Amino acid sequence: MTEQSPNGNGRALLEVKDLKKYFRVGREALKAVDGISVEIKKGETLGLVGESGCGKTTVGRVLVRLYEPSGGEIFYNGDDITKVKGQDTKRLHRKMQMIFQDPQASLNPRMVIGDSIAEGIDIHGLARDKRERLERVHELLETVGLNKEHANRYPHEFSGGQRQRIGVARALAVDPEFIVADEPVSALDVSIQAQVINLMRRLQEERSLTYLFISHDLSVVKYISDRIGVMYLGQLVEMADSDELYENPLHPYTRALLSAVPVPDPDYETERERTVLQGDLPSPVNPPSGCRFRTRCPQAVEAAAHVEPEWREIKPGHWIQACPCFA
Amino acid sequence: MAAAMNGDNNLQVKDLQISFTTYAGEVQAVRGVSFDLRRGETLAIVGESGSGKTVTAKSLMRLLPEANTLIKGGEAIFEGQDLLKLSEQRMQKIRGSKIAMVFQDPMTSLDPTMRVGKQIAESLKKHLGLSGQRAKERAVELLTLVGIPNPEDRVKQYPHQFSGGMRQRVVIAIALACDPQILIADEPTTALDVTIQAQILELLRELQEQLGMSVILITHDLGVVAHTAHRVAVMYAGKVVETGTLREIFYNPQMPYTWGLLASIPLPTADRSQELIPIPGSPPDMLDPPKGCPFTARCPYSMRICADEMPEYTTFSREHKAACWLHHPMAPNVEPPVRVGGAR
Repeated sequence: MTEQSPNGNGRALLEVKDLKKYFRVGREALKAVDGISVEIKKGETLGLVGESGCGKTTVGRVLVRLYEPSGGEIFYNGDDITKVKGQDTKRLHRKMQMIFQDPQASLNPRMVIGDSIAEGIDIHGLARDKRERLERVHELLETVGLNKEHANRYPHEFSGGQRQRIGVARALAVDPEFIVADEPVSALDVSIQAQVINLMRRLQEERSLTYLFISHDLSVVKYISDRIGVMYLGQLVEMADSDELYENPLHPYTRALLSAVPVPDPDYETERERTVLQGDLPSPVNPPSGCRFRTRCPQAVEAAAHVEPEWREIKPGHWIQACPCFA
Repeated sequence: MAAAMNGDNNLQVKDLQISFTTYAGEVQAVRGVSFDLRRGETLAIVGESGSGKTVTAKSLMRLLPEANTLIKGGEAIFEGQDLLKLSEQRMQKIRGSKIAMVFQDPMTSLDPTMRVGKQIAESLKKHLGLSGQRAKERAVELLTLVGIPNPEDRVKQYPHQFSGGMRQRVVIAIALACDPQILIADEPTTALDVTIQAQILELLRELQEQLGMSVILITHDLGVVAHTAHRVAVMYAGKVVETGTLREIFYNPQMPYTWGLLASIPLPTADRSQELIPIPGSPPDMLDPPKGCPFTARCPYSMRICADEMPEYTTFSREHKAACWLHHPMAPNVEPPVRVGGAR
């Protein structure tokens, strides 16, 4: 990238090379992630968008090592973390945290939230005694906009937005560098969404966090991300700075995806032209040969079935899966 | 759009009040909701979860659990009769035939053990008295209408053999089976991906033009509203706080809650350096709703009177009215946040 994004100092915190994750389904392999290469720079937010089943969640989970990758390499600060074992895994987990979609399901209903938040502190031995542990919990609660009195309450006593704040506090408890946020605001009402998004942005600035922000909501992703990657059937089809991607989308899938998003502006909605994609997502067990998007692509040519499209940078910072249909 | 505006009323809801009895007490879910539905229009009801939009819709279909639902007042006039007071027998003649409903999750509204064709034929036989053979043919026609390829084969399949978007098409086919006058669509695309959502919204719009039915669209997504609706009713804490035409609500909103809703969503066209303006706090507890304007506690412009008394509606045009004390002649003049109206 030649131009500096507002966040991110250009140094790669995470470097992913040809990452693959297959799941076994009976005798076959479901190729959830099938060869992704990407760099995440320190202090930036990389957004990952795509339809359900495109593998975006799997990418996030492999990166924080909730899943073992089936192939490829992940370098974190220069070290290949796919080979890390034992005590080193624990140290790694302290640096990488995750925020989940459903704040209800990600909190233990029988634990007061103070203890939920402190779990990471306990595991990593970050507090010398009970008083320090409590102080840290209180501090975290206040950081995310809750009161310290809330520490003794149970998850059901909170609203969805508050629970997601608790999820954020939990992730922050171990002072991580990198956070994977998997659909963190999708379950929230719009008025509450904005609260959580603003909170995440503020925390990023204060603590120079690096985010991988996974969402199907393209407006939210554009708002929070410096760069965005678009996924389709386990592969990246396009990646660029957010503004560039929205103003100058090149891949037909990105175009279709952007044109499908309903914009809350009636005049814009009546004027715009829509590319409505035909059909559904093909099965990731048996993805189409060649370009995976060709079965739904409005401009597919025959050659697309035989040529494996190449992932290349067509202008500085703008990557695309170059398929014969438009290359 | 013009056709939608000059039609007469298909449905009139007046001062609807619905509560649920729970162990904790009486939850006042809907507190005096009134609206008209014109022939051939799409009326969007928007609001956050818990604002009472689904309860309102379900009460029109009489689908609320009888055991703990209290209809405390109001009426819903359809074809000269009050839907809320009909006997169950007469309601069955209307439900699924003259008024049909599409729910959010297509998987739970289909019977997993029954072939899709049979599920569509069910209401055709019951309401229209079609023979088995004729109903089967009609089922194929309906699947064609909603854009399902190979309908002859598809009628013989089970719901799990369909994708999410295709399932929602089946649900729509069932809803359309008896040529309803009113279609109530409760978050019809919320469970679907954007590209599939675009297909379903397009389908609903085409079908409405083709069949001339009225649609009540319940959603929390203002993008979907901007794409589909003619008129909008904004609900908050069991009340309609503002209603108007699509353009009036988006470009000239008159109530701080509507301002807040519009300002808190990121637009794909917006500048990223601008902070989103969230609505602080969370909606009130409906076990004990505030006696004044329910938005008072979260409203940056609230005055002393707001907490004490619910404001009357102020009328701005033939269609546009809002309930807010800011429109009282003695209230201070307040400018809405910058982004509102200048969305682009």
